[in-house]
Amino acid sequence: MGGELLSVNDLHVSVEGKEIIKGLSLTIKTGEIHAIMGRNGSGKSTLANVIMGHPAFEVTSGSVEFNGTPVEELEVFERARAGMFMSFQYPSTIPGVQVGTFLRKSVSAVRGEDGPNAREFRKELKSHMKSLNMDKSFLSRYVNDGFSGGEKKRLEILQMLLLNPTLALLDETDSGLDIDALRVVADGINSITSTAGCLLITHYQRLLDHVKPDFVHVMIDGKIVKTGGADLAGHLEARGYDWLEA
Amino acid sequence: MSDKSAREAVGDYRYGFHDPENATIRFDKGLSEQVVRDISELKNEPEWMTDIRVKAYRRFIEMPMPSWGNSDMLNQIDFEAVTYFLRSSKGTEKDWDEVPEDIKNTFDRLGIPEAEQKWLGGVTAQYESEAVYHSIREDLEEQGVIFLDMDSGLKEYPEIVKEYFATVIPASDNKFSALNTAVWSGGSFIYVPKGVHVEMPVQAYFRINAKNMGQFERTLIIADEGSSLQYVEGCTAPTYSTESLHSAVVELIAMKGAKIRYSTVQNWSANVYNLVTKRGVAYDNATIEWVDGNIGSKLTMKYPAVLLKGEGAHAEVISVAYAGKGQHQDAGAKVHHLAPNTTSNILSKSISKNGGRSTYRGILQVTPKSHGCRSKVICDALMLDPESQSDTYPTMEVGNASADLEHEASVSKVSNDQLFYLMSRGHSEEEAMGMIVNGFFEPFTRELPMEYAVELNRLLELEMEGAIG
Ligand SMILES: Nc1ncnc2c1ncn2[C@@H]1O[C@H](COP(=O)(O)OP(=O)(O)OP(=O)(O)O)[C@@H](O)[C@H]1O
Ligand SMILES: [Mg+2]
Repeated sequence: MGGELLSVNDLHVSVEGKEIIKGLSLTIKTGEIHAIMGRNGSGKSTLANVIMGHPAFEVTSGSVEFNGTPVEELEVFERARAGMFMSFQYPSTIPGVQVGTFLRKSVSAVRGEDGPNAREFRKELKSHMKSLNMDKSFLSRYVNDGFSGGEKKRLEILQMLLLNPTLALLDETDSGLDIDALRVVADGINSITSTAGCLLITHYQRLLDHVKPDFVHVMIDGKIVKTGGADLAGHLEARGYDWLEA
Repeated sequence: MSDKSAREAVGDYRYGFHDPENATIRFDKGLSEQVVRDISELKNEPEWMTDIRVKAYRRFIEMPMPSWGNSDMLNQIDFEAVTYFLRSSKGTEKDWDEVPEDIKNTFDRLGIPEAEQKWLGGVTAQYESEAVYHSIREDLEEQGVIFLDMDSGLKEYPEIVKEYFATVIPASDNKFSALNTAVWSGGSFIYVPKGVHVEMPVQAYFRINAKNMGQFERTLIIADEGSSLQYVEGCTAPTYSTESLHSAVVELIAMKGAKIRYSTVQNWSANVYNLVTKRGVAYDNATIEWVDGNIGSKLTMKYPAVLLKGEGAHAEVISVAYAGKGQHQDAGAKVHHLAPNTTSNILSKSISKNGGRSTYRGILQVTPKSHGCRSKVICDALMLDPESQSDTYPTMEVGNASADLEHEASVSKVSNDQLFYLMSRGHSEEEAMGMIVNGFFEPFTRELPMEYAVELNRLLELEMEGAIG
């Protein structure tokens, strides 16, 4: 395949005048799984949000390219339609909008002409919901309204499976999941990785037991300070982050 | 301002087209006792109705403008510039093919004949001052249901009209109910006999076509003991640069155990003053539901009311208001618990955008002898930008300590995070805004007949287009 799916070059990001990401570079190719670990507040969610295009964050220097296109040329919804997906650490509640309607509209927005017709959509939906152990009563509930933590995360993964992205940014999708759900979600992630690149933000080794990362990056204070293979996650779990600081 | 620039000022309003004005009878502009008498004479009314009109006219002249609502806008109304009566068709037809072609085309474009075939039990279509089309399904007629335009109602059932007319809303209730009582024309007259359940909704559609028109329909609905009825109402008008006045009075009477649901989606063009008085009386164990949507108009002042007069009666008022540029929606609900063990729910939702203003104005009253009453009032406002405005004026008069009352109010904004979340799922900012707005109104929309709900959602999505900037 060659070309890079995502390339982040010496990225600096500020929010409200405060620098959060302080020179970060990262390259993801299709089929690769990159895990990012790091302390609370080190800037992991900020990175994912900037890649997806959250308006609160300002890129002060450096660049992010998606399939060779600088992302600032694309609006958030264009990034989504171009194959980018983000699973939110804190998914928003949309009162009054039913999950079923929302999913149908989102699939048609993102996958457009090539997407499934109504019947195919229902079939896909049914099979993904089954694999995620989601009851069909979810479809008539309002998006994330009154959802438990784990239910929200499952809905995020359901969206990922339906939208079929080429780049998945998964921000702490494993947090709040019970053991069974963790496996189900991991299966979901594994099912897309042959055609997608994946950035997994996580605090725990346990997801990485099921989803094997090609790279593990450690983020401290807005920078990647160390990159290693899957075994790095185990070290971190055992030793924490202190040993990485100068 | 030309019509074109008026249209630009109000944005894309799909119903803003107008027909040539082919009046068969058009009164000169302006109001006087003679105009009131002329209307009555033209309609060949009994003397008692002429008297009611003339008395009401005198009250109208004496009464001050309402001190609530929007005084600046109210004081701009030029009562002398209004046409008080305009007949555009020789009669009320039972067959669409008999309706003058221009007018029929208008109702075609509004989708009325199609809706009638699919899901309505009866239709009355009013154009300017009078109904041009009217029909009711035969099976309903056979069960004794009376569904007529108000003028025909007065002709055919004068004794019923005389017994109930203006008993729920006296002419002197407010300046605009006085005006309506003086110059009323058209509207619906419905009687549902004991125990009859009208399963399919009946619909009235009100269309203003002429410039500077005044439309003053008068509706009276009586549901006899243990009966039920669903009534839906729609309204539109062309977009002109000069104002029109719509001032209706709607009276509902729900006898013991009866149920009336009255749903409205008013989508007047932004040059229409919509000053409407709606009130129902509910006797023992009866239910009155107002489902009231205010999307259009320049100024709406409307507070659907229920008098809970019989023990165990129930009121439900669900309303939404959308105030865009230059619009003020002053709406709300009034519920009077006048008997023991009566219950009510009020849900009001408003959206303000582009400097629009929405006001919730409500009264909840529990009289001293009414023990065991329950009421819940929820008012939610959503502001789409900082220029817009929303205020809430809830009044509670509680005379009985046993009352169980809840009141919740919230004002919220659309958050960046919600928009970002939806946009990250492939929706443009306008689409995302449309979804949020439709979701906000959902508790209202789900109460509407499906066809209305779909139409309302589409309308709001259109309103969101070009809204961002
Ligand atoms: N919109 C914002 N306004 C102000 N500060 C912000 C904003 N978003 C993030 N920050 C700050 O930026 C820093 C990095 O936040 P970020 O959410 O990226 O951390 P994180 O690594 O994802 O942490 P966690 O592991 O707790 O999820 C934090 O100090 C946070 O308070
Ligand atoms: Mg985070």
